[in-house]
Amino acid sequence: MDEAKVIKLYDAKIGSFIRITSIDLEGVMRRRLLDLGFVRGAVVEVIRRSPLGDPMAFRVSQTTIALRKEESQRIEGELV
Amino acid sequence: MKNSYTVALAGNPNTGKSTLFNALTGLKQHTGNWAGKTVSLAEGKVEHKGKTVRIIDLPGTYSLFSNSTDEEVARNYIVFEKPDVTLVVLDATSLERNFNLALQVLEMTTNVIICINLIDEADKQGISINEKALTRKLGVPVIKISARNKTGFTLLLDTIDRIHTGKIVCTPEIIFYDEEIERKIRQIEPLVREYLEDSISSRWVALRLLDGDDSLFQQMEKRLLVKGG
Ligand SMILES: Nc1nc2c(ncn2[C@@H]2O[C@H](COP(=O)(O)OP(=O)(O)OP(=O)(O)O)[C@@H](O)[C@H]2O)c(=O)[nH]1
Ligand SMILES: [Mg+2]
Repeated sequence: MDEAKVIKLYDAKIGSFIRITSIDLEGVMRRRLLDLGFVRGAVVEVIRRSPLGDPMAFRVSQTTIALRKEESQRIEGELV
Repeated sequence: MKNSYTVALAGNPNTGKSTLFNALTGLKQHTGNWAGKTVSLAEGKVEHKGKTVRIIDLPGTYSLFSNSTDEEVARNYIVFEKPDVTLVVLDATSLERNFNLALQVLEMTTNVIICINLIDEADKQGISINEKALTRKLGVPVIKISARNKTGFTLLLDTIDRIHTGKIVCTPEIIFYDEEIERKIRQIEPLVREYLEDSISSRWVALRLLDGDDSLFQQMEKRLLVKGG
């Protein structure tokens, strides 16, 4: 099987689904994102991007959550 | 056995804690979506089996790791005020999200009931929940209720009473981490226990130490008489 392509959430297209593989953040910010459902293995849908590209809205475990570029650039996953 | 005891309601925002609180106590805590959500502690009473049950409505949070005032208020209450029973109120239609907080509470304290609310809404959506399997897996009672329709209350109150009288013994499932973390817990936990004795779960405090939770340690300094400290 082909290895799935790993991309940053920030670079993902609207409407795509991404299974999270890594979260390169630490401390309170990391904890916050984990609590919001951005955990390894979770599938996230890219909902929309604001006109300037930041923030972006994602759907994760039945809730829509906006992330800033500083966060979405540090979360990676594979397209599903 | 005391004639009065305390039950705290914890849970994510908007899971019906205040609705349950009002239904049990006859009080009128503000309920609803967003506007007027619970930000501080409300207290009420209900009489059950000849005892006075004090009920505390905690602010709703997604976590108890103190990233906000709400989280700190809820965590401090559970850890330092030590309610006799902590009820974690979950939204039956959003269990995956809700279990994050539930598992955090199960690490902090022993006498916990997992209360799955909005079961009427789950039924409508065709979601069925096997509470017996969850009870076995989690080691604490799992009870389905509808705070709005007041269903499941008798079982809930009886279960609270049976925990208080010791007829039900809660044994929350321990969450194990990878070997590196477990090794550090084994090193830290005995030292923690020496200082705190059994006042707070030593495993949980060891985990918080490893996580560098400063706000918790500030609270501990303030509130606890630390031996030799
Ligand atoms: N269908 C249904 N709706 C419920 C039930 N319990 C509560 N609700 C509704 O859910 C919404 C939120 O209820 P609250 O009691 O304010 O929730 P809360 O947990 O106190 O919220 P926070 O204080 O923000 O944490 C309200 O609109 C309630 O009417 C239930 O059992 N079934
Ligand atoms: Mg409330």
